[in-house]
Order: sequence, then C-alpha cells, then structure tokens
Amino acid sequence: MQRGTLRDLFELLSSMRFAISLLTVLGIASIIGTVIQQGQPYNAYLNQFGPFWFPMLERTGLYNLYNTSWFVVILAFLVLSTSLCIIRQTTPMLREIRGYREHAREASLRQFAHQHGFRAGIAPADAQARVLTYMRDSGFSARSNARADGGVLIAAKQGSASRSGYFLAHGAIVLICVGGLLDGDLPLRVRMALGGKASTTAGQLIVEMPESSRMGEDNWSFRGNLFIPEGRSNRTAVLRLGDGILLQPLPFSVALTKFHIEHYDNGSPSRFASDIVITDDASGETLSHTLEVNRPLTHRGVTLYQSGFEDGGSMLRLTARSLSADAALATTQVEGAVGDSLAIEAGKHPYKLELTDFRAFNVEDFGSPTQEAETSAGLAQLQRQLGSGAISASSRDLRNLGPSFGYKLRDAAGQAREFHNYMMPVEQRGAWFIISGMREEAGTDFRYIRFPLDDDGRIDTWFDIHKIFMDPRRHAQIAARFAQRSLPGADSATRERFVATALHTASLFAERGYEGVGRFIESTIPAAEQERAMDVFSKVLQGMVWEAWLLAREQAGLAEPVMDDKHALFLGNTLAALSDSRFYGAPLYFQLTDYTLRQATVLQVTRSPGKPLVYLGSLLMVLGIFAMLYIRERRLFVLVKPDGDTLVALSTNRRTMDVDDIFRHHAESLRARLAPASTDPLPEHTP
Amino acid sequence: MTELAQPGIHPAHAPHRDPLGWLYLLALIGGAGVALLRYGALMDGYDTAILLLQVPVLAAIGRHWAAFRPYLTAVATLSIASIGLYGGDLARAEQTFALKYLISSQTAIMWMSALYLIATGAYWLGLLTRSAFADRTGGALLWSGTAMGTTGLLVRWFESYLMGPRIGHIPISNLYEVMVLFCLITALLYLYYEHRYATRKMGAFVSLIISAAVAFLLWYAFTRGAAEIQPLIPALQSYWMKVHVPTNFIGYGAFSLAAMVGVGQLLVERGVLASRLPDPRVLEDVMYRAIAIGFAFFTIATILGALWAAEAWGTYWQWDPKETWALIVWLNYAAWLHMRLTKGLRGTMLAWWAVIGLLVTTFAFIGVNMFLTGLHSYGSI
Ligand code: HEM
Repeated sequence: MQRGTLRDLFELLSSMRFAISLLTVLGIASIIGTVIQQGQPYNAYLNQFGPFWFPMLERTGLYNLYNTSWFVVILAFLVLSTSLCIIRQTTPMLREIRGYREHAREASLRQFAHQHGFRAGIAPADAQARVLTYMRDSGFSARSNARADGGVLIAAKQGSASRSGYFLAHGAIVLICVGGLLDGDLPLRVRMALGGKASTTAGQLIVEMPESSRMGEDNWSFRGNLFIPEGRSNRTAVLRLGDGILLQPLPFSVALTKFHIEHYDNGSPSRFASDIVITDDASGETLSHTLEVNRPLTHRGVTLYQSGFEDGGSMLRLTARSLSADAALATTQVEGAVGDSLAIEAGKHPYKLELTDFRAFNVEDFGSPTQEAETSAGLAQLQRQLGSGAISASSRDLRNLGPSFGYKLRDAAGQAREFHNYMMPVEQRGAWFIISGMREEAGTDFRYIRFPLDDDGRIDTWFDIHKIFMDPRRHAQIAARFAQRSLPGADSATRERFVATALHTASLFAERGYEGVGRFIESTIPAAEQERAMDVFSKVLQGMVWEAWLLAREQAGLAEPVMDDKHALFLGNTLAALSDSRFYGAPLYFQLTDYTLRQATVLQVTRSPGKPLVYLGSLLMVLGIFAMLYIRERRLFVLVKPDGDTLVALSTNRRTMDVDDIFRHHAESLRARLAPASTDPLPEHTP
Repeated sequence: MTELAQPGIHPAHAPHRDPLGWLYLLALIGGAGVALLRYGALMDGYDTAILLLQVPVLAAIGRHWAAFRPYLTAVATLSIASIGLYGGDLARAEQTFALKYLISSQTAIMWMSALYLIATGAYWLGLLTRSAFADRTGGALLWSGTAMGTTGLLVRWFESYLMGPRIGHIPISNLYEVMVLFCLITALLYLYYEHRYATRKMGAFVSLIISAAVAFLLWYAFTRGAAEIQPLIPALQSYWMKVHVPTNFIGYGAFSLAAMVGVGQLLVERGVLASRLPDPRVLEDVMYRAIAIGFAFFTIATILGALWAAEAWGTYWQWDPKETWALIVWLNYAAWLHMRLTKGLRGTMLAWWAVIGLLVTTFAFIGVNMFLTGLHSYGSI
C-alpha cells in the first residue's frame, strides 16, 4: 500500500466522524436489542415472529445481538478508532501539557478573545519580577522570555492536567471494551473453534450429552448456571450459546443442604438463600457457606451468585378423577416427583403425565385498585392520599392461594396440553372452589375451570354428578324422574313432551355445554323469544342436575339434600363447571392431595477475566471526565514592551462565561501592580 | 473592578463566612454527633462513613450557596418535628392534625406537588408581565416545595422503619419514590443556577419539566395506588442502591434542566420572548454546565450500576434494556460534549440536540419500564 493511502486510512479511522458513525450504528443496534427480548428460547421467537421472519432474524443474529460477530466487529473497530485517536493526539497534547509558548509573537496574542492593553509605569525587568510573583501567587506556573527588542514576555499556565484527562477517559474506553470482549462469548467461541467443540440441544440428560459439548476445566472465561436440588450436589455448569448449550465442569462440586425463601407479610419475597457445601476436587477440602442475593462468593477463581430457584423434584401425591365423557374411569392414586414422566392409562388410551413444576406459595392480588379509586371523587380521593406512606390508598388484596403444580398430559400421538392446578380451595362470590388451569399452547393464557365444593368441603359431589349427568345412557332415567317430580298429575302426552325437551337439552349440554344450548337457541328460535327460551332451558338444566345429584345421593345411601339458597348456588356453579369441563380436553383431572417439598437452587457461576480491566477502566474514566470537565486549562500572557506598553491576554480550552470575569480580575490585578495609580476604568474586552 | 456590566455569573470564590455560617456548621457537626451517639451502635461502617462525609459536603454547599442553609434547616426541623409527633406509632398519622395535614410523608409530598405547580404559575406570570415580584415568589415557592418534598422523603424513610425493621429502607426503591427525588434534584439544580447566574428568568421553563413530573406523580399515586410503601425484594437489598439511584437522578435532573434551557434558547433565537429571557450566552452557558455535571454524574451512576449488577445478577453488564438505554443516553451526551468541545459547535444545533436528548433520557427513565421487559425491577407502570 502507498504511504499516502495508509496515511488516509489512519486519518479516517482515527477521526471523530468515523467514531461517531460507529457509535450511531452501535446505538441503533442496541435499541433493536432492547426491543427484541434477548436470549429467549427460539420457540418463543418462532411464536412471536412467525415462520417467515423467524429465520431471517435468526440469520442476522438478532436474538443474541450483543454477541453476534458483526456487533463484536463494530466494537473492535471502536477500540481501534479510539486507540488511533489517542495515538494521533499524543504529540500535540504532550506539547500542550509541557509547553508554555513563551515565544509567542505579539501578533498572535492580539488574536486572543481576551486581551487588554495598558501602559506600565515601571521598567520591563521590574515588571517581570512582579508579574512572576503575581502568577505564582495566583496558582500559575510561568516562564519568562527576554525579547530581542528589550521587552519581556511572561507566559503562564494552569490546569494542564485537564489534558491528561483526555488520555485517562479515552484509554478507559479501550480498557473497558477489551475487558468486555474478554467476558463475552468471544473467548468461548474461539476456544470451541480451536478445540473442535460444538453446542448441543437443551432438554437431554446431562450424562447423554456428547463429549464434544463439554468444555475443559481450564476454560478461563465463561458464564453459566448450576442447578442443584436439595440434598444433591453438582459440579457441571450449563452454558447457553444461542439456542444450544455447553457443559462446563468446575474444579469443585457444590452440594445444596437447604434452600430458603422468606416472605414479607404482603407475600413478596424478602430473602433467597442457599446453604451450600463446596468440596474441592484437588484437596478434598470442604467449605460451608450461605449464599444470598447481592452477596456473591468467589472460590478458586469461579464466582458463585444466588440467581434463581426452581423445584428440585418435589414428591407429589395426586388423585386422578375421571372427566371422561363416554366411560367413567376409576378414581386412582398417582405418585411422582416433579420432573418425572409417568405412564397413565385412561380407559383404553395410554397417556404420559409429565410433572413439570411445583410451587408451595402462590400470592395473587385479588383487589382492584382502579375500581375503588373511581368510586370516591375529588377531596375524598385526596384525603386518602394524605397521611403516612404505610397506609394503603389502594385496595390491594393479596392472598396466598397455597401450593400449585404444573403438568402436561401427552396423548399417544404426542399432543400435549398443559395444566396448572391449585391444591387449596379459593372463595369467589360466596362459594368455594378448587381451580385448575388449562392451555393448549405455551405462551397463551391459562383458562380456568372451577370445581365447586360440596357441604363437606370436597369436590367429590361434583365428580359424582358429573359421572351421572354426562353419561348419555342415564339421561332417560334422569329426565323421567325430573318429569315425575315437576308434573306429578300431568297426562302422559304432556309428560312425554316434557321428557323429550329435557333429553334434548341434556344432550346439547353434554356435547358443548352452555355454548351448545346457546347455539341451538340462536339458530332455531326467533330473536324475540330467545330470552324466554334460555330461561326455560336453564330451568330444565337445573332440574336435571338436581335430579342427578339426588340420584348420586341415593346410590351412596345418603339422605336427600334440602333445596335452599346455598344449594341453589352450588347447582349453578356445578352447571358452570360441567359446561367448562367440555373444553378441558383431558380425560382426567389430577387433584393434588399431598406433597413433600424439595427445592433446587440455581447459581450463576462465572469466570470473568475482563472484570479487573473493566473496573480499572471505569475508575480511569471517572477521573478523566472530571479532569477534562472541571480542571480548567488557562494560559495567561503578559507582554511588556520596552516603552512600557503592556498587553495581557488569556486563552483557555473551555469557553465558559466565567472566563470573562476571571480575565478581568487578572487584568485588573496586573494593571494595579504594574501601573501605579490609574484612574481610567478598565475597558471591556472584545469577545 | 466595577459591577458586572453584562450578564454574568456570581464569582464562585466569595464564600460566606458570616456568623450564621458558623452556626450552620456547628449545627451540622452537632447533628452528626447526636446521630452518631444515639444510633451509632446500629450503624455499619458504610452508614458511619456516609454520615460523616455529609458534614463537609453539606458545609461546602452551604458555604458557597447561602440560600441552601435555611432550606436544610427547614428540612431538618420539619423532619424531626414529624418524627417526634409520630412517637413511634404509625397510626398517629391519622390522628394528629399536624401529621395528617402537614408533615406526614404523603401529605408533605402533596404539599410539594401543590407548591411546585403554583411556583410554575408564578414564574410564568413573572416572565410574561416582567414582574420581579412574581419571579421572587416563584423562587420562594420552589424552595418551599423542595423543603416539603425533602421532608416527605425523609419522613417516608422513617415511616418505613415504623412499619417494621425488616421493611425499613431508603425511599428510592420504586418509580413513585424516584419521581419525587427527580423533582427535588431538578429543582435544587435549577435554584443553584438561578443563584449563580443571578437571573430567575429560566424558572418558567425549568419549572415546566418539574410540573410534568408532578403530574405524572399524582396520576401514578391516585390511579395506581403507587404511594404505598412496599418492602424491598432481595435484589434491591443492597448498599449500591443507595448510591446508584441518587447519582443517576442527578444526571437525569441535569439533563432535563439543560433541555428546558435549550427550549428557551431556541425560542430566543426565533425572537420569541427574546426580550424577557436572559441573554443567549447565559442560556448556552447554563446548558453546558448542566450537561457537564449531568454527564459526570451519569457516568458514575452507570459505573455504580455495573458494580451493583455484578453483585446482584452476577454480571457487570448484560445488556438489560435499562442498562442499554443508559448507555445510549451516555453516548448521546458524550457526542454532545465532543461537538461543543472539539468542534466548537454552538447555538441552535446544540440546543436542539439537548432537547432531543431529553426524549432519549425520558425513554430510558420511564419508557423502558413501560414498554420493555428486563431485569430492572423498578416496577412496570
Ligand atoms: C467510544 C467513543 C468515545 C467516547 C465515549 C468519548 C468520550 C469522550 C468524553 C466523555 C470526552 C470529554 C468531553 C469533555 O471534555 O467534556 C471526550 C473528549 C474528547 N474526545 Fe472523545 N470519546 C470517544 C471517542 C473519541 C475519538 C474516536 C476521538 C478521536 C477523534 C475522540 C476525541 C476527543 C477529543 C479530542 C476530546 C477533547 C479533549 C480535550 O479537549 O480535552 N474521542 N471524549
């Protein structure tokens, strides 16, 4: 390459224009990275962006933007550009820091924004001594130069350290970027390329993962997660890279004795802590420690942080109850640990029950602050805001819903639905329920079914009614008994019509719940009469359910229940749940009856070799910025000519308004020292 | 030298050493001493260091800025009065008239809001009618509002401990609390420049941004019940929070102030209100100083945030949206300073830039919480 071209390239790379362009690109890219959530599972992106955009965005690396090669390359160019800028500025800056410019010519002093001329009353040599004293007293360091014409120029300066701020701040940028690159994915990728390693897919057992996805223990830059259930230990961290994972063995193993969660009264967590025991591979030494959020521990160059918690395989005891429409299934007991996948038989169909999650606490807000705030107005609202910050102006109603667990029920074809069931009953509008959530697709909201509790506080009655009422073979029996009770004295034709209506209603309902009935009414009955028809249908449904209930009691040899408000409410809720059960999509409901909690902690484990560089850089950055912004570099020149003509001039690298005052102050003082008794006021300088 | 003939700036090197100044210094030392004697046993090393450090810092501020002393005195008096009235019982907030309607935390913050809004009106009246009296009233109201707001936050801090020792924490832990902090810091910074540049004419503009923050604060409190003191989740239980958050808000406050002065400058350049607002050179100078101080503190705040993140999340930087936007804000003002200092850029362009900078800053401050998901648990709106 030609010297000229090299020179041009250097000019370009070290120019502010280039740096600003890079920064702009980085800025825009960063913004994109904040809009697209980073580091999510790729399925989530596929759902979000659809099959067309997903691969395009994947190719541009937008899911892990800050570690894509193009982002890293831009960052590297920024380091280069700033380094070159420093190199380029070094010579002129050093000249500025060292030099006094005591050879400055009068003509150039006359160009200064701040200058003032007067006639000195003493000889240049005396003036020189006085000026030097003044400069020293005012915090300047000065040099004087006797000029050939017999005059003297005193050049003084202060605040040169301001320039060193430039080196500190810009050197800091280089340090921080280099440190950041060392702690990013880059070293890992280089290591993988050199060692022939490749990431593997998540979701397989650790022991089954290929050797090629295990990093060496000598890896000096990584960040991963260590998952440890209570009572177990682990020494293999999982590193995420794009959509894949790598395994990172540690030089020690970590056992979890106990995981602690504590809560405030309002249900929000107050403390997460892990009691761990670290055992060194090499020495076999052990170390007990309690790891808490905000209190990391560094051991053998690896830093451990309390970063999360999960279920570590709690034992769940479940009662499987039939929700099957065609054949009632026997109620059975199931037992398994979270993480297990159990084979379940429902009728003739095999299912897989995958226990995915367990939570011992579920605190939810049942209040509605906005609604209540709207009801009070004006001064009353203000009144509510006055007082201490402790007194709640909102109507938050936090309740612990107790334990819940999550599972997937997968059929023989591999299709799965996801469920989220609560163990404890919840009160809503005067009645108690046990709640189960269902969704067909991850990422969508759960839809809830509420099983009403009977007089004994159990859901058994509902399931008994369900068994009878949803069995089409029993509809005739129920309808006949219903007719008997409702129309005791009617003739057989009327009764037959009545039974036919009841049967039809029940079959509509058994198929699609209230929706089936509604659809039928809409499609066959004139609009004007729909409301009345709906009324009739609900009366019929209630009557049929009542009969089903009586039948169930009879079968169990129990007394007939009385029809009161409470039981009417129960019937209504029973019907609602029966209707919802048509969309539950599973032949079985799993009720959590008992559990043994086992938690797991998730620790973040890191080796970050760049950290000291970044911290040092940060310190230098702060020092440099304060030096540049708050140390004012000022140069004061006093030229005394042989005839006593005197020129005071000041230059500064920061043009702020107080410089005017400061200059006037110096000019005034110097004049007072050099020119005895002067009466004419100091003229304004010309900016 | 004769009086300053042109728009100027109070010489910074004329500290006040009057008897009141000595009294102020004595009160600071005495206050710290009493605090140390009474509560020293409960404080850890950091607490003690910060308590002791406050004395020289507040002394220096009071020495160079006499108006700060009555403000601090008022805050101390009101806070101590409030704490005394509580007598260790939170329920007094509802029973004692002075607490319920004057100096319990929420009431004091409502007073702050009201005083700030009226101050804005006064400043505008002063600007439009050229009334020096209205201007002075605006200044006095702004000071009073700041005193009430500061009292409100200090008392809130105390109240949180009355709720339970486990719950007690410094009131800078959620969006409601830091919004109050933002108002206070912006007002104090402005009042300082008002004193340094001996002009109240920028108050009309700066008080607008404070009023906007007050409006947000009221909306947030009234419709979302945001004013309730919430205990700290584990990630926020860190000493870093106490230094990171206030430092950040000096940055945000200074940037907002610069932007509002920039608006003034843009108007003056178009001849709007030109004869009523200060000389453009003053506006330019204030804008530079505000951005410089804001930038310096924002740098420190971002670094402190990184140090905290290193402890709380295990990484000093992980491109969480809040972090990333802080970086964007920082780069923006770094570019602004480069333009001014190395390219000598002045005038309209920089004023526009400062105004647009406020949009970026506002997004980093509030927008991120509203629109983006991340690790910063400062509550979504
Ligand atoms: C990562 C990019 C950069 C950042 C964040 C950055 C930051 C800063 C900061 C904070 C200042 C202080 C402004 C002040 O004095 O108030 C500054 C000044 C300066 N920067 Fe940069 N800078 C960067 C890149 C560059 C580059 C590439 C150049 C080369 C052209 C450069 C040249 C300068 C110069 C000449 C000064 C003024 C120094 C002085 O006059 O004392 N900067 N920079």
